[in-house]
Amino acid sequence: MKHSVARSLEKYDKAEFGFWLYLLTDIILFASLFATYMILRGNTASGESAAALFDPKYALLETVLLLTSSFTCGIAGLALRFKHKRMALGLLVTTLLLGLAFISLELNEFATLINEGQSWRTSAFLSGFFTLVGTHGLHIIIGLIWGAVMLAYIIKTGVTSDSLRKFTLFSLFWHFLDLVWIFIFTIVYLGASL
Amino acid sequence: MSQLVDFFIGRLSPEYIPTEPITLAAAIGLPIIALVVVGFITYTKRWKWLWQNWLTSVDAKKIGTMYMIVAVLMMLRGVSDALMMRLQTAVAVNGASGPFTSDTFQQVFTAHGTIMIFFVAMGLLFGLVNWILPLILGARDMAFPVMNSISLWLFVAGMMLINMSLVYGGFSNGGWLGYPPLTELEYNPGPGVDYWIWSLQIAGIGSLLSGINFFTTIIKQRAPGMTLWKMPIFSWSVLVTSVLIMLAFPILTVTLALLGLDRTLGMHFFTSDTGGNPMLYINLIWAWGHPEVYILVLPAFGVFSEVVATYSKKMLFGYRTMVWALVAIMFLSFIVWQHHFFTMGAGANVNAFFGIMTMVIAIPTGVKIFNWLFTMYRGRITFSAPMMWFMAFVVTFTIGGVSGVLMAVPALDFQVHNSMFLVAHFHNVIIGGVIFGFFAGITHWFPKIFGYKLHDTLGIWSAVLWQVGFIVAFIPLYILGLMGAVRRLDSYSDPTWQPLFITSAVGVLIICTGIAVLLLQLGYSFLKRKELKDTTGDPWDGRTLEWSVPSPAPHYNFAVIPTANHRDEWWYRKQHKLTKTPKSTFKDVWLPRSSGTGIIVGVLAGLAGFSIIWHLWWLLAICFISVIITVIRRTLNDDSEFQVSATELFHEVGKGR
Repeated sequence: MKHSVARSLEKYDKAEFGFWLYLLTDIILFASLFATYMILRGNTASGESAAALFDPKYALLETVLLLTSSFTCGIAGLALRFKHKRMALGLLVTTLLLGLAFISLELNEFATLINEGQSWRTSAFLSGFFTLVGTHGLHIIIGLIWGAVMLAYIIKTGVTSDSLRKFTLFSLFWHFLDLVWIFIFTIVYLGASL
Repeated sequence: MSQLVDFFIGRLSPEYIPTEPITLAAAIGLPIIALVVVGFITYTKRWKWLWQNWLTSVDAKKIGTMYMIVAVLMMLRGVSDALMMRLQTAVAVNGASGPFTSDTFQQVFTAHGTIMIFFVAMGLLFGLVNWILPLILGARDMAFPVMNSISLWLFVAGMMLINMSLVYGGFSNGGWLGYPPLTELEYNPGPGVDYWIWSLQIAGIGSLLSGINFFTTIIKQRAPGMTLWKMPIFSWSVLVTSVLIMLAFPILTVTLALLGLDRTLGMHFFTSDTGGNPMLYINLIWAWGHPEVYILVLPAFGVFSEVVATYSKKMLFGYRTMVWALVAIMFLSFIVWQHHFFTMGAGANVNAFFGIMTMVIAIPTGVKIFNWLFTMYRGRITFSAPMMWFMAFVVTFTIGGVSGVLMAVPALDFQVHNSMFLVAHFHNVIIGGVIFGFFAGITHWFPKIFGYKLHDTLGIWSAVLWQVGFIVAFIPLYILGLMGAVRRLDSYSDPTWQPLFITSAVGVLIICTGIAVLLLQLGYSFLKRKELKDTTGDPWDGRTLEWSVPSPAPHYNFAVIPTANHRDEWWYRKQHKLTKTPKSTFKDVWLPRSSGTGIIVGVLAGLAGFSIIWHLWWLLAICFISVIITVIRRTLNDDSEFQVSATELFHEVGKGR
């Protein structure tokens, strides 16, 4: 039996509200990781400090990629709203590619650090760094999988009110990750030289 | 070749098979019990019935019952742990050896605390909220029924892991909060601490999802007309608790994850070398841990508010102050965590701040106690079992609260920190507040779920035995604490302590009889369910909407969603003879379909936990991918509900009550 439109609306209203609450809990999760990082930042176990290890310019490149992806994601939502299916799909693909580029840069940074002997085992400071930035990276990977599923879903079902609402949740998540990254960029990378 | 074998078996090895007689007995006993249960279900051909009616059910009432069953079973294990501890301290004086080795004893007290908080108190809490919250709000179900089922099965997965440690590998010896550096790899290389971490992590994520679910349910699914200020106080207490869950549980997730990273990937968050900071762990865990005790006790306060008003036949005294007290406790509970470790050395000013905040929290709590007493004042009180639990609560909880305020004085806390005094204090508030509260709630709402009442006299006996047993068991611990006995003690040299420890053991035995009577009450009421049948749907002359539907509540809760214009809506309707529902108001109803998603996610999460504990990375990867696939399939399923038509419903309801 098919759903009535009102019933479906009510369900998505709840889902979106619940998703905002989930984002709130995720903020607490990141806040705890930020606090941990800040407290352990100086505990380098006589190894290299943040200022010596991190390159803000490299992180700026990552920031630009992620912010742009957030922008294209937002426009994709608008395109979906105005039922421009091809444009929406194109923008969603762009978003995912930018996200992919971002996570590749991050993994490359991690690999470089580890090759230089600066792994998470080296000091409490680096444990905090890898965990904080890595948790964000893990979220990005989940976001990429989610985005790919959205892509397949929109291709299959077309622009419907269902796909629009499902996309809204995805874009909330993606913008949220952008926001968290701005804090990481500020506190971890720009803050490194302070 | 051996590398390949290592890859597949991780660190599974015969050396972790238990050898001590007591643990060995448990290791053999638990699988036998499991086999008997499985055999019984197979013999009576109940698998299909079980799967369709219970395991895949997304009906909040059934989910609540499953939480309750797990919680009661776990309570039996937790109480046996308690009994073992007090038997040990009753004899192990002056070099005399108790029945347990030090290592077993450590595992026993760790298991006791962990199980009682995470799997008994939390289980009773989630069970009761699932039973009652939708009904009291005039709603058909939780906001996210399938997520509700996922929460339940994550809880069960955590419970299975903690019990599996008994069979293979041993449990943590680090206390219920697992303080590092003791729980770090350096001092604890075995799988025990990992069992502790992943069991709690999995159950904790379930709790977090429940918090989101409860909050959304209250905000979005209240009956039309029921503004926040017209909500029954029980739903207020759940609202406040779910805020606490959402704000506190992510901190637990992070804390456990960081300790897990230390242990599995060799990080240095809390190690004693390479820059690690164990005190950071203790701050983090209590930033969750202190709100956690309010997460447990506030719903119990909510239960008492309903119980006292109902059995006194009076409107709750000071509804608004009750709500503001809940909200005040919610805020304050986040700024007192440091009182758990005044001895850390944070300095006099910091200690003074947290000490004063701790004392301040006693004010809203006191307001609530007085409001309940004023509700009773000049009421027509029925002294049935729920009221007896309430009276036991007032005495016990108040003593516990006062000893808590005493310990909020940092100078005094330096003396009694980590002593038996502390142990007595928190049992005073948790048994007196949480356990008595949930027992009152279970007795009160039992007929609404099962259709028959619990035997009242046996309930009163259980409450009396618990209360007496409690005093005999814990008052000696206050004295022992002041005499210098520290907690977690498996032997001592001062013979003057022994009589007090023996008294305490006797108290535990009395509590055990209280539990036996409680189980007897359940069994006897089941046998006499015909005589105890609740035919009216409103056996206690109740005040709120759950009593407006028949008992047991139908799976759709309300045939017609009620409109609530009054705080005690059902009471108001009874006073004004408005209790019938006309046929014209019946509408089609959408109900969620049963779903296997919850149990599948639960099994996968349990397996994932097991594979991290034993370093089976291939299995972990499989579980991870399977969870992702399950979740994706679920979210893309738009056809998750079925319809019951208005006429069908009307005929099912019969007279159209």
